[in-house]
Amino acid sequence: NPYAGLVSHLRASWLSGKTRPMEYRMAQLEALGRFLDEKKQEILEATDLDMGKPSFEAYFTEVLLCKNELNVTLNNLSHWMKDEHVDKNLVTQLDSAFIRKDPYGVVLIIAPWNYPIHLFLVPLIGAIAAGNCVIVKPSEISKNTERLVAETLSCYLDDDCFAVVTGGVQETTWLLENKFDYIFFTGSPSVGRIVMTAAAKHLTPVTLELGGKNPCYVSDTCDVPNVARRVVWGRFFNAGQTCIAPDYLLCSLEMQEKLMPALREAITEFFGPNPKESPDFGRIVGDKQFQRVRKLLCSGRVAIGGQTDEAERYIAPTILADVQPSDPAMQEEIFGPILPIVVVANMDEAIDFINARPRPLAVYAFSCDSKVVNQVLERTSSGGFCGNDTLMHLTLSSLPFGGIGNSGLGKYHGKFTFDTFSHHRGCLHRNMGLEALNAPRYPPYTQQKLGLLTATFEVKRRGVCTLL
Amino acid sequence: ERMEKVVGRARAAFNSGRSRSLQFRIQQLKALERMVQEKEKEILAALHADLHKGGPNAYSHEILGVLGELALVMEKLPSWAAPQPVKKNLMTMRDEAYINFEPLGVVLIIGAWNYPFVLVMQPLIGAIAAGNAVVVKPSEVSENTAKLVADLLPQYLDPELYPVVTGGVPETTELLTQRFDHILYTGNTAVGKIVMAAAAKHLTPVTLELGGKSPCYIDKDCDLAVACRRITWGKYMNCGQTCIAPDYILCDPSIQSQVVENIKATLQEFYGEDVKSSPDYERIVNKRHFRRVMGLLEGQKIAHGGESDEASCFIAPTILTDVSPDSKVMEEEIFGPVLPIVTVKSVEEAIDFINSREKPLALYVFSNNKKLIKRVISETSSGGVTGNDVIMHFFLSTLPFGGVGHSGMGAYHGKHSFETFSHRRACLIKDLKMESTNKIRYPPVSQKKV
Repeated sequence: NPYAGLVSHLRASWLSGKTRPMEYRMAQLEALGRFLDEKKQEILEATDLDMGKPSFEAYFTEVLLCKNELNVTLNNLSHWMKDEHVDKNLVTQLDSAFIRKDPYGVVLIIAPWNYPIHLFLVPLIGAIAAGNCVIVKPSEISKNTERLVAETLSCYLDDDCFAVVTGGVQETTWLLENKFDYIFFTGSPSVGRIVMTAAAKHLTPVTLELGGKNPCYVSDTCDVPNVARRVVWGRFFNAGQTCIAPDYLLCSLEMQEKLMPALREAITEFFGPNPKESPDFGRIVGDKQFQRVRKLLCSGRVAIGGQTDEAERYIAPTILADVQPSDPAMQEEIFGPILPIVVVANMDEAIDFINARPRPLAVYAFSCDSKVVNQVLERTSSGGFCGNDTLMHLTLSSLPFGGIGNSGLGKYHGKFTFDTFSHHRGCLHRNMGLEALNAPRYPPYTQQKLGLLTATFEVKRRGVCTLL
Repeated sequence: ERMEKVVGRARAAFNSGRSRSLQFRIQQLKALERMVQEKEKEILAALHADLHKGGPNAYSHEILGVLGELALVMEKLPSWAAPQPVKKNLMTMRDEAYINFEPLGVVLIIGAWNYPFVLVMQPLIGAIAAGNAVVVKPSEVSENTAKLVADLLPQYLDPELYPVVTGGVPETTELLTQRFDHILYTGNTAVGKIVMAAAAKHLTPVTLELGGKSPCYIDKDCDLAVACRRITWGKYMNCGQTCIAPDYILCDPSIQSQVVENIKATLQEFYGEDVKSSPDYERIVNKRHFRRVMGLLEGQKIAHGGESDEASCFIAPTILTDVSPDSKVMEEEIFGPVLPIVTVKSVEEAIDFINSREKPLALYVFSNNKKLIKRVISETSSGGVTGNDVIMHFFLSTLPFGGVGHSGMGAYHGKHSFETFSHRRACLIKDLKMESTNKIRYPPVSQKKV
């Protein structure tokens, strides 16, 4: 167990109580802010090398959104840390009853490669805010970012309490043999199962941010150009390598026809006539992933795009029309710049289609008719939902971000991250006096005592009167 | 295959959508309330048969709480289930942003034998309130209550949505191979790991209400008579078979004998001269646990009690003094009427002692010094805490009830049950017009956009 020493070092720091005072946590969080400011250029360069991430995107997701989470946390930490006093019942009227937010101890954050800074940093912010010691395991696939994080994070954070571990599957497996007090994992459902199984051995609670195929229903009554732009933006952001990207479109045959020129127009508006030359369009992260995504092109017919360049790991922004549920593109999460369109007769068929499949991280519905949007919302289940746009629910930190079923368990962002990494401890601080009031609960038990107990403990339905 | 059928039927029933309307949920909860009121005698009889629990005792421990939870949930459900609008930012100012509370699907509740009725009913109430289908698996160890629950629930509730499955380890193992959308398990740490591992195969979230050794620190500066009466109540209720019973005492050696004397006096007050003939004193649930608990007395200094009768699974309220931290009785959760006292010279020593062990489900500290109590809470970790009393945090449903570390994960009671069994779905609804504000995020990028 090569990491036993590291984990036990962090555990000793944890037991020393170092991470508990608010001032300490604020100082570490402020240091993270300096990391984002001072290493901004390096972050843009590393993510560009890793997956051709356009610098606008990298700035937006890896720096700006992270700074927002940081500021929300710094602004509210003292409030979040306070004991939360709760309503009391008759018996506890004179007591102090509150929920204490305790750190868990030593937590592990495992991050993926597609938003390699954001997806470890935002959980890390919450973990530090909640008072834990943290081991961060960035993805080895985004290797330039991995190196950046491994080399520079320790210059900002207290290395008694925060460590970065690098490596691949073997290293992660070794790491998971250790006992952690919480594990936060972002990645695929299959690895999610492995992580949860390892966590079960130590009864470690987990948050799993996984994935799936996010459906996007477009109704017949909609503003076609706007839909096209919002869908194109969400699908091709980071060359499609986004867990909440609209994975496939569901619409009627007529709408598919209407959408096509609008989609083409939007793609050209965003990336120019040759997206390969646009600085605003990314690349696939690695050869293995490139091969996998390229195979999915044999689905339906290529209506727009379809060009690839293996040397650059470039796949053009592609729209596939008339895709069948049995086609390759409909068998797995695409995670690439390909948008299949599956034709359905109507909204009911679209809803049935969605419900016949594992619950996704996000469901999208576009319609000028709010009733349609609400129907899709009410009759489906997913981690989150966005009506008439894509991705945007992620940017509002007052909304919990997480999956359901195969797309994950747990949630975070904003205060939800702080709550995820805290144990909510129910505390009742009673009065040593007034012992007479306790008499009805003690043996010997009598009907009279029971009557008294019932009177003091019982919760009555409003509108029901009890005669003395 | 039987399990597959039962769970499959529950899932089909859930997919039909009928468990979702508030009306339906409240109607089912009302039916549960009727069941508890109409079948009170039968419920008390089953509890007596399983645990030798007397009428008023059983009523106050298992029925009162259930009725209270039902009343609370029925009243609050409309407000809990309503979509919760959230604070918006500049970019979403004109949008609708809220959290929608939705059912998870098919929930599995595995009960325990020590409070066999309430530990099945309280989670069930929360799961129904959240709109789920629920498979109920009561503990086979408390067989009379298990049989009663299996008989009664289908008489009052929708039998497809809320089936009861009975059986032991093989049946539970088979049940756990099925896919659920949440599992709430009450029981021991070892089985908790098995449940979580099974859940991991389906990525099923779990709430594990486990156990451990809940420490009870008595400060020199406290009203010993009052403290000991409260501790005696919590320790010996249900013959010590309570997950949040004070498992062992930590105190200064100078007050150890006073503590013993006070507890002895209280025991006399509660159960009379002949404990065995008191209708208010329970029995150990079965021979296996009887032998296990008796084994913990080996080599110990018995300051009081120690009498037993295997035929009736009777173990007298027992106090052990000068117990060594390395002894068997200090290794596992006692879950019996045996109270070890371990002496410590200071509160620091008590805190270190507690922190060197697995995180317990509950922690108790008695002191007149408020600062000391606050310190103990701040420097330790546990599922929950009651200061200057025991057990009582369980009865305040606004407090989340659950463990941490080996004592469990997740929490329930009151609104916390509703939240445990719901999915909080983030919803953002935008206007399909108003495209101008979106333009700043679209490529091609310019410095101005940034």
